[in-house]
Amino acid sequence: MENIDVMRAEDLSFTYPNAPKPTLKSITMPIEKNKITALIGPSGCGKSTLLRAFNRIHDLYPGLKYEGKILLQKEDGSMENILEYKKENELIKLRQRVGMIFQKPTPFPMSIYDNVAYGLRLSGIKAKSELDGRVEKALQGSAIWGEVKDRLNTSAMGLSGGQQQRLCIARAVALKPDVLLFDEPTSALDPISTGAIEELIAELKDEVSVAIVTHNMQQASRLSDYTAFMYLGDLIEFDKTKKIFTNPSEKMTEDYITGRFG
Amino acid sequence: MTGKLFKDFSIFSAILILIILAAIFGILYVYASDAIHTFGFDFLTTSSWQPGEDDDGGVFGGYIPIVGTLLATAIAMIIAVPIAMGIAIFLTEVAFPVLIKPVSIAIELLAAIPSIIYGMWGLFYFAPIIQHTFGGSGVGLLTAGIVLAIMIVPFMSAITKDAMNTTPSVLKESAYAMGATKFEVIKDVIMPYSKTAIIGSVILALGRALGETMAVAFLIGSIMKLPSKITDPTTSIPVLLANNFSEAQDLELSSMFYLALILFAVSFIIISFAKFYFLGRRR
Amino acid sequence: MNKRFLINKIVLILSTVAATVGLIFLFWILGTLFMKGLATMNWSIFTNDLVDGGIRNLLVGQFMMAIIATVIAVPIGAMAGIYLREYSNNNKLAFFVRNLSDIMMSAPSIIIGVFVYAIYVDRVGHFAGWGGVIALAIMMLPIVVSTTDNMLSLVPKELREAGIALGGSKHKIIMQIIVKAAKVGLMTGILLSFARIIGETAPLLFTSANSQFLTFNLNDQFPSLTVSIYNLATYPDQASKDLAWAASFVLTVVVLIINLGGRYLTRNKHK
Repeated sequence: MENIDVMRAEDLSFTYPNAPKPTLKSITMPIEKNKITALIGPSGCGKSTLLRAFNRIHDLYPGLKYEGKILLQKEDGSMENILEYKKENELIKLRQRVGMIFQKPTPFPMSIYDNVAYGLRLSGIKAKSELDGRVEKALQGSAIWGEVKDRLNTSAMGLSGGQQQRLCIARAVALKPDVLLFDEPTSALDPISTGAIEELIAELKDEVSVAIVTHNMQQASRLSDYTAFMYLGDLIEFDKTKKIFTNPSEKMTEDYITGRFG
Repeated sequence: MTGKLFKDFSIFSAILILIILAAIFGILYVYASDAIHTFGFDFLTTSSWQPGEDDDGGVFGGYIPIVGTLLATAIAMIIAVPIAMGIAIFLTEVAFPVLIKPVSIAIELLAAIPSIIYGMWGLFYFAPIIQHTFGGSGVGLLTAGIVLAIMIVPFMSAITKDAMNTTPSVLKESAYAMGATKFEVIKDVIMPYSKTAIIGSVILALGRALGETMAVAFLIGSIMKLPSKITDPTTSIPVLLANNFSEAQDLELSSMFYLALILFAVSFIIISFAKFYFLGRRR
Repeated sequence: MNKRFLINKIVLILSTVAATVGLIFLFWILGTLFMKGLATMNWSIFTNDLVDGGIRNLLVGQFMMAIIATVIAVPIGAMAGIYLREYSNNNKLAFFVRNLSDIMMSAPSIIIGVFVYAIYVDRVGHFAGWGGVIALAIMMLPIVVSTTDNMLSLVPKELREAGIALGGSKHKIIMQIIVKAAKVGLMTGILLSFARIIGETAPLLFTSANSQFLTFNLNDQFPSLTVSIYNLATYPDQASKDLAWAASFVLTVVVLIINLGGRYLTRNKHK
């Protein structure tokens, strides 16, 4: 079966403000629909930079430079280059379609309910009944409903780290995004919470396409369908995860996944 | 110096701070006690300030300067708070990055300019404008309040900006990542996150405005009269002290100390409140 | 959806307007000060005393009081800060000293003047330079305490442990390692607090009062630049007003230079 890309970087280069050299060098890779794509590589390889380009969160800080294209599938199936977005409202709509989960849990200083309802309210949903329904659904979908259903109106800051991270996932899922970007979502968590988050991500892919940056080789191999290995701003190899971890084409990939450097 | 002596001197220095603070309260009270015993709490609501003849001690009340202080401070806060918040928002979320640093430094330098400079500028440049617009003498509550506002804006915006900047950028990013606009990020993330520190900074600025002497002394008119409208001249506690303290004697001097004690107690309470409830105890 | 962007735009524009209005006023003040100051400045004011229409004695007096106040306040404040950070283990005493010192830092400066009048001027029976010195020292003390406390807290714990591991005694480690490590920050803090007290008027009004003549006798009324500005500005004659502008200009330049100097010190430190 032919896979359909929901997003695709084409010949993408990216330069930080005042940096002499680009941090990403002509990257071409897809994020496939309803699959999990892992981005791996040693620190400084550009994997987080690439991830943050997919929803243009970089653009909060001025002076940076994109070259090439990042394509995102529209509702009619055609592809649109998101780097052509100029207006703030285009970027805002993009970020509602391409959500992001950060390394550290980032609950907003408000109640659990309001955290999840926040994005929904921003997107114009006002009716209490619809909000209630979608908040509950998102919390259930993020496997945290049972733990918080009796204290939806208490502050989200009181949750444990793992719960906070699942809340942040619920918050992003509630918007029904096409793509979710995870930037090392478990690196600040203990092993049990990590397991719960991984399980959750695996379930999410029925609904949404996922890209995940991770330092953890086991996590990439357990979780993902595709893996991209990056090194110093270059995409060295992109393939099915199974192939990357058992029989990589590039010597460098093999050295990295077997722990010879990185 | 031996270790023991060094340590003892450090403890002594720390305790000296407490002694000075206690002494300020104690000495003010002792010098004010004549007035306190003569007038009691009626002092707060008495509006006459009449030195007596010969044996008669006179009648003194703090009502006018107290009202003047409160009104000038209120005018200053009403003007300064929105402007300072605007500057802080501008510097944290709106301004081009090339502007942020020079504007921040300019504002911090302006906060360092002695208050007497603000007062003098107000007298020669701002009072004529008020006179031209509203008539009258040009000095009075409104002039004093506005110049006081100009003086506390740099201070307030500098600390408000610092408070807003403590919002972790990843928290802001995650709101942007959900499609929030700048205003929504400010309202829903930055403000709630830095709310207590911002309120604390506003209260600190309030304390500063209450006790400010020189910026107001040039501009409030310094007459012992209740204002009937906002442009009327009146006086405030610090200004009354600045202008009349050296000439006062006996019961009038004691009444001055009474006013000083009131001002000190009020600012002490306001500042402690700001610190303990909003800025967090320092550890 | 469009309403959101509209509100966003309006708020951002309002904040820009507020910032612009604020900055216009602030630069208006600086602008007039520099124009008036430069127009009324001439070098003879630096060689004449107030009695001859100059500010020489005022500058000397203001600096002398501020410098002596600094010499008094810095050791006491620094030692109190050292106690808080290095000896107290954050006990009850430290809690009180720290917070009350912070509160004292924000106390109205005129109150300090009234206080020193009571404990000193009233005792000796006349205004005197020492009164101004004491008032300024009291103003400066809590600033030095808080600066020392904060700067020492930035010194990494490892440095203390390393010193102890080498067998140094505690007070030697404090003076030779920790204070040295925090030196730049402490210098900056002292400079900034000096800049603050040199511009003070209210605590001097009825302590040192003012003098027309050059004097180094702190037991007598003492010349003050700021008190003179206050008096001169309200005199009816133009010559006095001009001198007030020139004096304000000099005072502002001094304060700004000290502030910029403090900034320059810390900037180099971070590189």
